[in-house]
Amino acid sequence: MLTIKDLHVKLEEEDKQILKGVDLTVEAGKVHAIMGPNGSGKSTLSYVLSGRDGYEVTSGTAHLGDVDLLDIEPEERAAAGLFLAFQYPVEIPGVGNMTFLRTAVNAQRKARGEEEMSAADFLKEVRARAKELQIDADMLKRPVNVGFSGGEKKRNEILQMAMLEPKMCILDETDSGLDVDAMKLVAEGVNKLRSVGRGFLVITHYQRLLDHIKPDVVHIMADGRIVKTGGPELALEVENNGYADILAEVA
Amino acid sequence: MATPAPQTDPTEARIAHLTLPAGGWSEAARSDALARLRSTGLPTRRDEYWKFTRPDALTQADTPKAGVLVDDEPPIFGDTDALRIVFDDGVFNAEASDDLALEHVTIERLGDTKADIHWAQGVYGVLEKAGQTPVARPLAALNTAFASDGVLIHATAKATRPINLVYNHRQEASDAILHHVIKIDADADLTIMESGPAAARFNKVMEVDVADGAAFHHVRAQGRDHERLAATHVFARLGTESTFKSFTLTVNGRLTRNDCVIELTGDDAIAHVAGACVGDGDFHHDDTVFITHDAERCESRQVFKKVLRNGAVGVFQGKILVKAGAQKTDGYQISQSLLLDEDAQFLAKPELEIYADDVVCSHGSTSGAIDEEALFYLRSRGVPAPIATDLLTLAFLAEAVDEIEDEALRDVLVARLEGWLERHRS
Repeated sequence: MLTIKDLHVKLEEEDKQILKGVDLTVEAGKVHAIMGPNGSGKSTLSYVLSGRDGYEVTSGTAHLGDVDLLDIEPEERAAAGLFLAFQYPVEIPGVGNMTFLRTAVNAQRKARGEEEMSAADFLKEVRARAKELQIDADMLKRPVNVGFSGGEKKRNEILQMAMLEPKMCILDETDSGLDVDAMKLVAEGVNKLRSVGRGFLVITHYQRLLDHIKPDVVHIMADGRIVKTGGPELALEVENNGYADILAEVA
Repeated sequence: MATPAPQTDPTEARIAHLTLPAGGWSEAARSDALARLRSTGLPTRRDEYWKFTRPDALTQADTPKAGVLVDDEPPIFGDTDALRIVFDDGVFNAEASDDLALEHVTIERLGDTKADIHWAQGVYGVLEKAGQTPVARPLAALNTAFASDGVLIHATAKATRPINLVYNHRQEASDAILHHVIKIDADADLTIMESGPAAARFNKVMEVDVADGAAFHHVRAQGRDHERLAATHVFARLGTESTFKSFTLTVNGRLTRNDCVIELTGDDAIAHVAGACVGDGDFHHDDTVFITHDAERCESRQVFKKVLRNGAVGVFQGKILVKAGAQKTDGYQISQSLLLDEDAQFLAKPELEIYADDVVCSHGSTSGAIDEEALFYLRSRGVPAPIATDLLTLAFLAEAVDEIEDEALRDVLVARLEGWLERHRS
C-alpha cells in the first residue's frame, strides 16, 4: 500500500536534515504505529507524505500503490487515497463544515472520474457518520473547526476520514489534547474504518492510544530513521522503560 | 455676439457641458446646489478625502468612453420579484420599465414633475446639503444641480415588492447623472435594489429619509463593465428606532467612488453599511463613509471587504463621529483587504471622533494574503488549489455579504462572486 524507501528530507528554509533515510512499508489491512521521542521526525514524515510546503526531499521515494506521491500536488495525493489526520486541525472561519466536506468529497470523486455525490445522498451519509462520532448538527453547520474543542476537532478529522474513504490513513498525534473518553470515541471511529483494503499509519508519543487502536506493527523512530520494528509488545516496552533503553540498544 | 472664451477653471469647464433644468419645484434646490458647487469647486488631489483617489476622470469636462460589456450573465436581480425601473445611459426607458404603481408607495420621476409644490422638496438637495459639512462633496452638489432624471419614491407603509432600479450602459461615450429621493414614512418598509453600470460615467445621488420606526434596505450591484467610472453618494437621515441597511457589490470598473453619509438623528436607530468588491488589474475602488451619531443608543456598523489582484487598488475612508450627548452609541467599523498578489494595494483611513463619554466604538483595518495553512488543509482533503483559494476568498468576503438580510438576495450575490472568482483564477 504505502512504500517509503530511503527517504531523506531537509527543511527548505534552513540547511537542516530531518529525515535521514526512512524505509517503511504499510500493507493494506494493517495498522502500523510509529513511536518516537520529540524531534525524531514523525510529524515531518506525515507532512512530507501529504505534500506540505517547506520541505525538500533530497533523495528517496514514497509510493501509494503505483502512485509516486512525491511527484504530485497535495490534492492529487488525496484523490489517490491518502489522508492525513492533522495533529492541529486548521480553523477556517467563513467556510461551513458541510460545504467543506461536500466540496472535498466531490472534488476527489471528480478527480477519479467518478460521479459526484448528490446533495441528498451526501446529507444522509454525513448525518449517519456524524452520529457515530457524536458530532451534532450544529458542529456540521459551524465554520470548519472554529470554536471546536480539542476533542471536537479530532472527531471532525475522523468524520472527514470516514466520508473520504481513503486507502491510506495517517494519524498524526491524534491522541494529543484528548481526555480518555474523547480518545476512546476517536479510536472507535478509527477502528470502524479498519478494513482489508485500507492501511493505517498511527503516529504517537504514547502507548495509550495503541490500547484502543491495536497496531499490527510498531516502529520506533529516532533522529530521522526507523531504528527498530516489532510487534505490539514494542509499544509496551516503550511504555515501561521509555525510549532511552531502546535507543541505547540500537546505537 | 462672440462665443465665450474656453473655460480654464475645471469646475466651470464641467458646468459648461451641462444644462441646468429650469422651472418646477426643484429649481431653487438646483440653483442652491450650483452655488455650493461653485464655492468649493470640483474635487482635486489636494482635498483631504481625495488623497487616495484621483478625481480627474470623474470631473473631466468631456464625456468619457467605456466599452460596453457583452452580457454573458442574465440580469442579476432578474429572478427576484420586483418592480423594475430601467434607465439606459441615464435615460428613462418606459418600455422596459414596469408601471410605476405599487401599493403604499408613490413613485414619480424627477424628470417628469413640473408642479411647483412637491413632497420631495423637503428632501431633494436637503440631505445632500447637510452632508456637505464638515466634508465638502462637490460631485454630489453637481448632481443635485444638474441631475437629468431619477426617481422620487414615497413609501407610506410596508411595500409589497422591492423596487429594482436597472441601469443599462448602451453607448460607449455616455455620461449619466441621476438623483433619487426616497422618503419612508413612520413604520413603513422599503427595499431598493440597484443594478448595472449605468453609463461610461455615472454620477448618482440617493437621498434617503427614514422616519421613526421605518426600515430601508438597499442592495446594489455595480455593473461589470471594465472601463466604467462611477461616483455615487447615499445621504441618509434616520429617525427614532429606524433601520437602514445598505450593501454594495462591486466587480470590475476602472474607477468607483462610493460615498455614504448617514446621520442618526433619532434614538435607538440602526445603520449598517457594507460592501464587497473584487478587482483584477485596472481597478480602483474607494468606499468613503461618514456616520454621525447624534442621538442615544444608536448602532452603526461598517463592514467593507476587498479582494484585489494584479495592480487593483482599494481605498477605505470611514469615519464615526459621535456627538456630545450621543450616549450608549455602539459603533463598529471593519475594513479588510485580501491581496491575491504583490501588486495589489489597499489604502485605509479609519477615523473615530467621539464627544460622548459612554460609548463603545471599535474599528479595525487589515491587509492580508490567503492563509497558507488553511489552503494546505483544504488541498490535503482533495480540494484543488484554485477551488480552495475561491472558498477561502468567499470566506473572507462572508462577513460583508452576511450583512444582506434577505437570504435569496445574498445567494444571488454570492453566485456572482463565485462566477467572477472562477473567471479570474491565476
